[in-house]
Amino acid sequence: MSKNLRITNSKFIDQTSRISFKFDGKTLYGFKGDTLASALLANDIHLVGRSFKYHRPRGIMTCGSEEPNAIVQLGNDSSMTEPNTRATEIELYEGLEASSQNCWPSVNFDIGAINNFFSPFIPAAFYYKTFMWPASFWEKYEYFIRKSAGLGKSPTKPDKDIYDHKYLHCDVLIIGGGISGIIAAKTAAQNNLNTVLLDDKNNLGGTTLFQNNECFKINNTYSSEWLKKEIESLNSFKNLTIKTRTTLAAYHSYNYLLARENLTDHLSLIEKKDKIRQRLWKIRAKKVIIATGAMERPLIFNNNDRPGVILSSSIKKYIDYYGVKCGQKISLFTNNDTTYETAISLNKSGVTINSVIDIRDKSNSSIVKEAEKLGIKVHWKHTVVNTNGYKRISSIELMKLSDDGAGVVGNKSKEECDCLGISGGWTPRVHLFTQSGGKLKFRDKDNIFLPDKSESEQISIGSCNGDFELDDIIKNSNKSIKEFLNLNSSDYENLEINCSKETDKKNIWLLPSNKPLGKTKPFLDFQNDSTAKDVKLALREGFKSIEHVKRYTTTGMGTDQGKLSNMHALGIIAETAGVKMGELGTTTFRPPYTPLTFGTIVGRNVGEFFDITRRTPIHDWHVEKKAEFENVGQWKRAWYYPINNESMHEAVQREAKAARDSAGILDASTLGKIDIQGSDASEFLNRVYTNAWSKLEIGKCRYGLMLNEDGMVYDDGVTTRLDENHYIMTTTTGGASNVLSKLEDYLQTEWPELDVYLTSVTDNYATVSICGPNSKKILSRVIPDLDLSDKEFSHMSFKNALIDNIKCRVMRISFTGEHSYEINIQSSYGKSLWEKCFEAGKEFNITPYGTETMHLLRAEKGFIITGQDTDGTITPVDLQMDWIISKKKYDFIGKRSLYRSDTIREDRKQLVGLVTDDPKEVLEEGAQIVSEANKKPIEMVGHVTSSYFSPNLNKSIALAVLKNGKKLKGQKMFVPMKNKTINVTITDTVFLDKENKRLNA
Amino acid sequence: MFLINCPYCGERDQSEFSAGGEAHIVRPKQPTELSDDQWAEFLFMRKNIKGVQLERWNHAHGCRKWFNMVRNTSDDKIHAVYKMGEKPPIK
Repeated sequence: MSKNLRITNSKFIDQTSRISFKFDGKTLYGFKGDTLASALLANDIHLVGRSFKYHRPRGIMTCGSEEPNAIVQLGNDSSMTEPNTRATEIELYEGLEASSQNCWPSVNFDIGAINNFFSPFIPAAFYYKTFMWPASFWEKYEYFIRKSAGLGKSPTKPDKDIYDHKYLHCDVLIIGGGISGIIAAKTAAQNNLNTVLLDDKNNLGGTTLFQNNECFKINNTYSSEWLKKEIESLNSFKNLTIKTRTTLAAYHSYNYLLARENLTDHLSLIEKKDKIRQRLWKIRAKKVIIATGAMERPLIFNNNDRPGVILSSSIKKYIDYYGVKCGQKISLFTNNDTTYETAISLNKSGVTINSVIDIRDKSNSSIVKEAEKLGIKVHWKHTVVNTNGYKRISSIELMKLSDDGAGVVGNKSKEECDCLGISGGWTPRVHLFTQSGGKLKFRDKDNIFLPDKSESEQISIGSCNGDFELDDIIKNSNKSIKEFLNLNSSDYENLEINCSKETDKKNIWLLPSNKPLGKTKPFLDFQNDSTAKDVKLALREGFKSIEHVKRYTTTGMGTDQGKLSNMHALGIIAETAGVKMGELGTTTFRPPYTPLTFGTIVGRNVGEFFDITRRTPIHDWHVEKKAEFENVGQWKRAWYYPINNESMHEAVQREAKAARDSAGILDASTLGKIDIQGSDASEFLNRVYTNAWSKLEIGKCRYGLMLNEDGMVYDDGVTTRLDENHYIMTTTTGGASNVLSKLEDYLQTEWPELDVYLTSVTDNYATVSICGPNSKKILSRVIPDLDLSDKEFSHMSFKNALIDNIKCRVMRISFTGEHSYEINIQSSYGKSLWEKCFEAGKEFNITPYGTETMHLLRAEKGFIITGQDTDGTITPVDLQMDWIISKKKYDFIGKRSLYRSDTIREDRKQLVGLVTDDPKEVLEEGAQIVSEANKKPIEMVGHVTSSYFSPNLNKSIALAVLKNGKKLKGQKMFVPMKNKTINVTITDTVFLDKENKRLNA
Repeated sequence: MFLINCPYCGERDQSEFSAGGEAHIVRPKQPTELSDDQWAEFLFMRKNIKGVQLERWNHAHGCRKWFNMVRNTSDDKIHAVYKMGEKPPIK
């Protein structure tokens, strides 16, 4: 770089440590302490990107989180690259690589810029309006629109970085480490409160940190010097936690806040390796002090978007903090006094200032006088009507404003410049206040929205509360802090504060031009390319609500969420529509305040930590035997056990046949188990199940169906009476926790008089189920002492037993229709019991079977699976299970609903069996059933809920719910599929062993 | 995110609780005596108030106890919590 844009007196930049980085492939240099933006500016690079819609060249506009244009793609690694990052917030590190976005082939020559020439034909909502017709063409349009839309590129591979979540509790949380935040932090810490101070920058101090101006003094020292001492004094407090590089992202109710701490983003690639990148702090604060400061507003005039147009206060920060000149011939354009601070700083650093163009008639404040004393020329009552220069501003055109400010008068004059500083006043950052539910009020004097009422324990202080001048900031902050923390005094009572006071104010939302509005481009939203014209068009087309105008014109959307543009949009809308701004209100500020990475949001909850995986005590055995697993809720269940490259179908057919021919073994440990005790346990079961329980003998088991209060089937399972007042209930695998919650709810809220205690024991027991004609022989080898005769141990009964001196419960119950036992043993013995049973069954070719075979076997018997054959709209009567509804019981959950006018309808969908005319044809589960073939349109009368090929019947079988199904037995129905129609016959739901002979085989 | 004062455990984060809808809807003692309309009133009809509402909450990931809450649904302010069976404190 031939131009020297660095001055050497910055205390915040370490000019001894040079850092190399790449921008758009070119190697450049900056210093430690730079942001990417300041380093680019020091290299005389303003053009960093292209705008969203018209692809106009855009440059760095700000120095903070509100940056709309300087958003870049960081890195080029397919898993680590990050789109849409703000160059103004990226701290420079060795090896940083960044590139421009939204341009092709390059930022200097961008083909998309052709849109700029067509811009008169691309007004607000152009895409909505144009691509409506013909509707069928949308798919074609969409491809091209999507291709041209969007800013950066997402990474294509998983993120390799580590992220973290942590909780934080404190008495006082202070958001923002500017002058008022520091006063608050010290005051709170001095009063022994557990205090946390957050700031999104890498150091504390805000803008006062580099306010070295004669006009701003505290106790006769520069405000910056005074503040530096205050910051140093914070180090002595052990009860004060300071977190820099930490952005408050969301402020929820009850003072619950989320903050993102950047831990390694500022480090070199080597330094950041293996470290946690970002941490999400989940903060619960008793009190919150918001001290987030204010943002400078731009001015809205023709071609106000050229690279080189920068907010005036940002130019000041670049020169005073980073030691970077934004240009060598700078013009300033303003409506307020703060720009004169910039002018003085530039002047002191030897930068040529053409002039200050001020729309006001005059200003008599001390800072303006100071500037004029330095010989800085001011054009009072003037406005910029145009800027020139394509990739960098080269000159501005100015004219005198008319007395009413609505037009311009006199002759145009031209001023050569390479940078234009603009300032349209200040906007308090009230985003967090409104996120917490606070309501805003409007202050006419300087056109700002201010915090008004809040339900939370919080206050806003400093410029985010509308105090923009040093004396007001300190005095009012001090007063509010004392009141909020109930203090009588503080360190900040009797300071001698000198500052310039602004008395002359003037605001014009849309500055006039010598050309009609239609011929100008006064940009409002610099990221989304919406102009004042677009907003006015929206109003003409009938949009009134600010929320609608926002969505129609996209003003205030995008990655910056219109931080810079919102106020002017509101101003222009209010003016055009003739309403007061206070009545118009603002759009809703939603969290996060600045974009968060997905990594930060999910933290450690990735991969296998995303959700709990529950494994049975026998899991390892299934893995050894190469079982395929299926997810059932959080459980991993063995699905089938393929041998020698068997397909799933082949494995299931083999397993199902073996279980009926000889013996099968199933891991049923996942079934929910609830231990029920208490003197009213029987009465309780009477109330929750449809059938009667009082007469169930000790040692017997019974199947129960549980309904919702609306009469629909909710869950089912076998419950065993272990003792007079002791039962063990089994539930479905997926329903276990919901059933327990539901039962607890009834016990605690409806029937508190019942003496019943519920305990979930699902994880305490492993369950091994052995079924098949040889199951009795196998069990007799596992527990030789147990009398397994039908007389002593009949179907649906239970025995306590000892296996190798370990207590276990044996139930003779069956979900397959076979002679079958379930052994429950303490979990830790589950695997050895399983192996013992397997060993004992080897002689009988005992075959492990998974959930798929279990489903097939029960379907052969017509046993339902709740949640598969039922869906919350099926009553027990619909299931043709009328037998399980007690006629004698006065009440149970859901009873009354079983004879509502809708539930007693005869033509409800009812469970039936289906067999296909072609026994080899297996129906698809979920397939729809119709009553006539080849008729369109036709009503769907039911659907297939379960469907299998039964190896034991050598034919296809299915269960279905069908309208009026009970009465249609034997009739033909049709299942239309994509390429064919399958003919089916309605049958009984029981396909195999209707007489239940196999149970006692 | 609410901070909920469980009557049994004290203040806990909302993530430990689950909401259970409107409170004080008593299950009829004699459902069989009710007409379809009366039963439907109990079963389906809820007020869905904007403003102060009495509602059921469960400390699902804590003591598993159900309790009641007085909450303003428009500003989420929790005015009181009270145990099952107790009368609602004055709004």
